[in-house]
Amino acid sequence: MTAARLFSERSISVRRGALTLIVAAALYETLARSGTFPQALTPTLPTIAHTLFVSLADGTMILHAAATLYRVLIGFGFAVAIGLPLGVLMGRFRPVENFVLPLMSALMPIPSLAWVPVFILWFGLGNTVSVLIVFYAALFPMLLNTWSGVRAVNPIWLRAAGAMGANEHALFWKVIIPGASPFVIAGLRQSFLRSWIAVIGAEMLAGSDWGLGWVIFDAKEFLDVDVMLASLIVIGLIGFATERLVFGSVERATIYRWGMARSARV
Amino acid sequence: MLASQCMMSSRVEISASSVADSGALRRVWRNAYPFIVVGLLWEAVARLGIFPVQFFPPLESVGAAFVRLSASGVLPHHAFDTLVRLSVGFALAACAGIAAGVLMGRSRRAEDILLPLVSIGAPIPGLAYAPLFLLWFGPGNVPAVALVAVVSAFPIIYNSWTGVKAVKEIWLRSAQAMGADDRRLFRHVVLPGALPYIVTGLRLGLAQAWRILVAVEMLAAVPWGLGWLIFGAQEFLNTDVMLAGIAVIALIGLGLEKLVFQPLENFTVVRWGMMT
Repeated sequence: MTAARLFSERSISVRRGALTLIVAAALYETLARSGTFPQALTPTLPTIAHTLFVSLADGTMILHAAATLYRVLIGFGFAVAIGLPLGVLMGRFRPVENFVLPLMSALMPIPSLAWVPVFILWFGLGNTVSVLIVFYAALFPMLLNTWSGVRAVNPIWLRAAGAMGANEHALFWKVIIPGASPFVIAGLRQSFLRSWIAVIGAEMLAGSDWGLGWVIFDAKEFLDVDVMLASLIVIGLIGFATERLVFGSVERATIYRWGMARSARV
Repeated sequence: MLASQCMMSSRVEISASSVADSGALRRVWRNAYPFIVVGLLWEAVARLGIFPVQFFPPLESVGAAFVRLSASGVLPHHAFDTLVRLSVGFALAACAGIAAGVLMGRSRRAEDILLPLVSIGAPIPGLAYAPLFLLWFGPGNVPAVALVAVVSAFPIIYNSWTGVKAVKEIWLRSAQAMGADDRRLFRHVVLPGALPYIVTGLRLGLAQAWRILVAVEMLAAVPWGLGWLIFGAQEFLNTDVMLAGIAVIALIGLGLEKLVFQPLENFTVVRWGMMT
């Protein structure tokens, strides 16, 4: 395939994609304006844009987003701080694996949000519940992936490094950690995705006054569908941005650079 | 991420089979002793009376609640309703998701049209739609099922699409060279080739649906359902009922994975030698 043809195919794709979005928006707009559904339930696109702009301009949306991000980062941080070392220990030491693995496989199928009512009873409404739920949601992907990653390190590499006189310390930092990194980074990614879902649910159920999940749930009481949709857009944008920008660049800086994985963009 | 998922599951299976070599009794003991340690710790904390008993009940009252609710048929009813919602929502998502994903993989036009919609919808956590769905569809079963369907559709679409695209070009060409028409090409080459991905997608979709459903049942006013059971018990400080409900949720989650997907995988992908 020549470059020119490739280019023209790509521009056709872009045009078709843009067309879909325009058609979808137009459909929604006609539906909203036709009055089939009550105006309050299907606000028009300009209304949503206006609400989004106003709430961004007066800073409330930014504060809500900051509160949500704060909870995610604390919970996710704890999950990484515990999941990563524990996963490595599980991969390296048999007794740790024997102890943690059965517990993990029993706790993993419980959705983190099922714990919300219990945690509310134990810790009261507020930040603690949301942070703990995020921690619970993020812990298991981290643990499971680190464990698999450490076990998936090619034994030949370990033996080769050992034969070349690497001590435990060098073996760990120069062979095991880079070798396990594709799994660890996939784990970080999954963990973050899970925390992002969990925090929204936790904020809805354990409502404290700030947070994107709380805004959506609170807006329901007042039939402020435009506020709900505006917050949805913010939630989607933040999720998309972290996924693409943060984890994408982490992957480029580590595993692609080290040649551990090829970028498999289909 | 997909590759790591596949490798992960095969790893787990390898470790399971190596454990199976040592005697059955030892295996049971090995899996049980962490629970015994944690159970004893829990029991000790509960009995020391550091926390009020209704917040931190000893295990036997959780067990008693479980037995009482099961015997009276309340717990099975809750679990049944939850499972019905899960299967209806998931079945909708599986049909629509596989169809859309395969279409996107086979036709460039469909891909161009659907991909923007999918990539906009995917990063929004499904639960964020929940209040919106409650307003649009009213409380009850409809928003719960709709949300489960939407949430589990995305991984299914995405994986079916990737799977169809990952079918080796050379297989397609050799099948065509051997005179396969479109239908046979699809049934005998594309579908089996994409199946490992599709099964992974179904698995991820079901796991997500399960996670979301419990939360949705708390938000949507449904009369029966495990999420509702836990959430309702909170009002009355019935921590033992809540923990019994969580135990049932864990059992169902485990059962879905062990009884539904591992056999499905063994029957299809593993048997055809697509995956070990």
